[in-house]
Amino acid sequence: MELITIIISGILIGSSVYLMLSKSLIRIIIGTALLSHGVHLMLLTMGELKRGNVPVLDPEVSNYTDPLPQAMILTAIVIAFALTAFILVLALRMYKEIGTDNVEEMKGVPHDD
Amino acid sequence: MKSTLKKAGYNKVQKQVHDVFLQFTAKVVFFIIILFAFKLFFAGHYTPGGGFVGGLLAAAAIILLLIAFDQKTVEKVIPIDFRLLIAVGLAFAAVLPTLSFFFGTPFFTHQHTYVNVPVFGEVALHSAVIFDIGVFLTVAGSALLMIKLIAEEDA
Amino acid sequence: MTLIHLAILLPVIAAIGIGVLYRYYRRIHLGWFVLPVPLLIVIYLFTLIPRVMNGQVIYETMQFMPRIGMNFDVYIDGLGLLFAILISGIGALVVLYSIGYLSTKENLGNFYVYLLMFMTAMLGIVLNDNVVMLYLFWELTSISSFLLIAFWNTRDRSLYGALKSMIITMFGGFLMLGGFITLYLITDTFSIRGMIDALPMIQESPLTPFAIVLILFGAFTKSAQFPFYIWLPDAMEAPTPVSAYLHSATMVKAGIYLVARFTPLFAFSNLWVWTILIVGLFTMTWASFNAIRKDDLKAVLAFSTVSQLGLIMSLLGLGALSLATGANDELFTVAVVAAVFHTINHATFKGALFMITGIVDHETGTRSMKRLGGLLTIMPISFTMTVITALSMAGLPPFNGFLSKELFLEAMITVLNADFGAMASVDFLIPLVAIVGSIFTFIYSILIIYGIFFGERTHNTPKEPHEAPALMLISPAILSLLVIVFGLFPNILSATIIDPAAMSIMASDAPLGTHLAMWHGFANPALWATIAIVIIGSVMFYFKDKWMFIYDYHKEAFTLNYLYDQGLMYSRIGSQKITDGYMTGYIRNYLVYIFGFFILMGLITLMNTGLHMDFSNFASVGIQEVILSLIVLIATAVILITRSRMVAIIMLGSIGFSMALFFVFFRAPDLALTQLAIETVTTALFLVCFYHLPKKSRHEERMRFKFTNFIISLGVGVLAIVIGLSAFSNRLFEPISEFHIENVYDLAAGGNMVNVILVDFRGFDTLFETFVFAIAGIGIYGLMKLKLKRKDEDNEEHAEESRI
Repeated sequence: MELITIIISGILIGSSVYLMLSKSLIRIIIGTALLSHGVHLMLLTMGELKRGNVPVLDPEVSNYTDPLPQAMILTAIVIAFALTAFILVLALRMYKEIGTDNVEEMKGVPHDD
Repeated sequence: MKSTLKKAGYNKVQKQVHDVFLQFTAKVVFFIIILFAFKLFFAGHYTPGGGFVGGLLAAAAIILLLIAFDQKTVEKVIPIDFRLLIAVGLAFAAVLPTLSFFFGTPFFTHQHTYVNVPVFGEVALHSAVIFDIGVFLTVAGSALLMIKLIAEEDA
Repeated sequence: MTLIHLAILLPVIAAIGIGVLYRYYRRIHLGWFVLPVPLLIVIYLFTLIPRVMNGQVIYETMQFMPRIGMNFDVYIDGLGLLFAILISGIGALVVLYSIGYLSTKENLGNFYVYLLMFMTAMLGIVLNDNVVMLYLFWELTSISSFLLIAFWNTRDRSLYGALKSMIITMFGGFLMLGGFITLYLITDTFSIRGMIDALPMIQESPLTPFAIVLILFGAFTKSAQFPFYIWLPDAMEAPTPVSAYLHSATMVKAGIYLVARFTPLFAFSNLWVWTILIVGLFTMTWASFNAIRKDDLKAVLAFSTVSQLGLIMSLLGLGALSLATGANDELFTVAVVAAVFHTINHATFKGALFMITGIVDHETGTRSMKRLGGLLTIMPISFTMTVITALSMAGLPPFNGFLSKELFLEAMITVLNADFGAMASVDFLIPLVAIVGSIFTFIYSILIIYGIFFGERTHNTPKEPHEAPALMLISPAILSLLVIVFGLFPNILSATIIDPAAMSIMASDAPLGTHLAMWHGFANPALWATIAIVIIGSVMFYFKDKWMFIYDYHKEAFTLNYLYDQGLMYSRIGSQKITDGYMTGYIRNYLVYIFGFFILMGLITLMNTGLHMDFSNFASVGIQEVILSLIVLIATAVILITRSRMVAIIMLGSIGFSMALFFVFFRAPDLALTQLAIETVTTALFLVCFYHLPKKSRHEERMRFKFTNFIISLGVGVLAIVIGLSAFSNRLFEPISEFHIENVYDLAAGGNMVNVILVDFRGFDTLFETFVFAIAGIGIYGLMKLKLKRKDEDNEEHAEESRI
């Protein structure tokens, strides 16, 4: 199972990189969202899958799955959401101000000195 | 929110689902979701749940109201400034860990005790709950603020 | 935390209160509330004198960061106490003076908060045993000095001066930290006393010269020695109370303090001794030579400060020299006592002179010597004080400057009698340079008195001059009084303060029993030197116009200032060129750099370590998981291919919900719940955003563009798989989650391990994550609410910028 999840997360990460390198803002945003999914899956796999019980204390159970990656992924999920929301709004404002969503046409203001 | 969807080309959807149905369902479901959110929040220390999920679900419940009714109604029902919610949440989350200095324990040491309440029996009191309230408020406040701001952008 | 720690931190603590107070209450001048702070400290320090006099040292420690050896160790001996009294005493007078100097229209809150911050920083430097903490306070003085110089932050010269002082002193401070770390490598301690105990190790270590050079960089930049003195004249743009306090009496003495403090450590080294002696003497003469041609009164005083600091520095060098060569113990004592005594004297007369300059500036509106003159009858009190302090600076009796100047000359002349081996043939240069420097000192001292108060009145001053209010006169009057008292009765200082300080510089326990006196008889060569200085100086002053032309040979292109400005400009141009080389402004290029670097580093690491994969330890695969994997793969493919943004979002949503299901299968209920909630909110977010965004989600891309992207993403994907597999196969450590699982109930009284880790074991992560979330919310608020007014008439340029 771990082999499959690692390969899937690799594919997700690769596709997200491809999306992020494209010209359209929306695809870049989708790329970042996809990247977080890939990384979460990878992190979860590192804690070994399906070995123990749900990490909730139970007097009859002695082996649990690793809770630490789960805690980290929980943090990561929420932060990924904040990030997605932020760049989505950034893109929105950008499009309203500049009138394009093509990153090739966006270039920083040239400085004068 | 509703007008946003309308402009975005969802007129047909709007016509098919009568407002009254949506609003009635939303009224009922809102309470179910919000109760579930609080249940998840308070049970979080012992069973799956916690501040994040609770906050997000509470936010989702209010977003549902925003979809069913319009913004003015929701503001009347829930007269909360979401920016204030974020500030209060951050204050809860940031102040509690520093309180442990007063007990002479390192930063972020929690205190907990058990109290006997007449009807419920033994109840655990844990200072982590206060920290979790901070997380809950911040997450809910931020998520709502984001959605509300974008929905307002109807120019 | 003891009373001493509290005394050091008191100004900063008070600063908080002062800042808040100023926000709400402005009727009474803020300075009155600040004044008790330095007064309290100086009273407290006076109570410590009897203990320190008897040879006791006070040592109190407070744990700050014990793991890296960074503790707040307060160590008070004679030297530290002397400087601390100077800092708080002059501080009190300066605060009193500033009440008259600064009107309530200025931003007093900022001023006093910076000033109090500086006070703590300075006390922290001189009462510290730990070099890392010393460095911390050292940089804090640089920062507060920067803020105070730039107090009038609308003036270009202020900003230039502030930046210059910060760049130079921080450069030196940083090198000094390197010196401290080198010392730590040698002795394995950050404590100065510990280092002195480990003296043999320092003497043997080959790293010592390196440490010496670095520490001297710190001392010379702070104390404005040649060639780093250029920041001090520009720092005079600060309000005059600041110049009097920071740039003459205290902060610039931090370098002196540092050299004095490390003298017991490095005195054996010829490098240390000769560098200090030569740099000090040269600075003294060069600066006093330059002071004469300045027109701005404060510039004259700035160069004079540099010169006097050079004098003290050279005395410390001479003191160490005689220890290094083992030449003459007597000489050593005289030089060190002179250095300590002159530090006190300089603080008194130079502080007073600065305050008088401030008064003149305040009452006439100018500091230019050309426009001043003939103020004798108008400002008699200021005149009296100027005569006292300037003559003290010139080294004339019966003022305190005469005593220390005579000790200085005596020490320099005694060099002739000492045997310095190879240097014996040129040792006559040392007293010669000292006397030349003193002549110029005499000339500019007279020039200050003459330029302001004698001569014709120009009637060209911006304001009609009159005597200053009493409030401004109190502080310089007290200092002038001290100049006379210390001059007539120097021995009230000798046993109480000078001897303990000199003893701690020499690291000896034997009491010195210094006796200072005006008259040593005609046989004393210093007396004749003084007489010669006065005569030559008077003659040269009288024929001033005849020889002033030599300053014309001073070409602008050869000055250090020119060098500094050019260096700064070219380093800026150079760094901009380098930056422009790779900062193209296209986001894709940056991503290509990042991912390319990632692939490169991954390949290099793989080549170094080789691949170790273990395929035996995998869990079984269920049918539902296979289906889920297929869904994820198909959805990913659709996202890559589709042109419709709606399809892409739906597919992204389906991946998100599949992830939630994965979490369910892999026994992570918390994650599943959170993922479901997040996915719902995210989808709602995307939908509301879509109304505003363009319908088309793709732009036409050329094949070559696509191909590069494909190669890079393939590389990243494959590398991610390889890293994942090898990380999974190789466990180097036991997972720490065992600890969490075992203690979840005992320590945290919880059941849900994930939540307990979040709120308790790793609460920091969650706290900062909450911050991130709130920042995102506030950032979005800013983005949506902040709208530049475009095509605004006043705002044409901004509109232009925002459109690009």
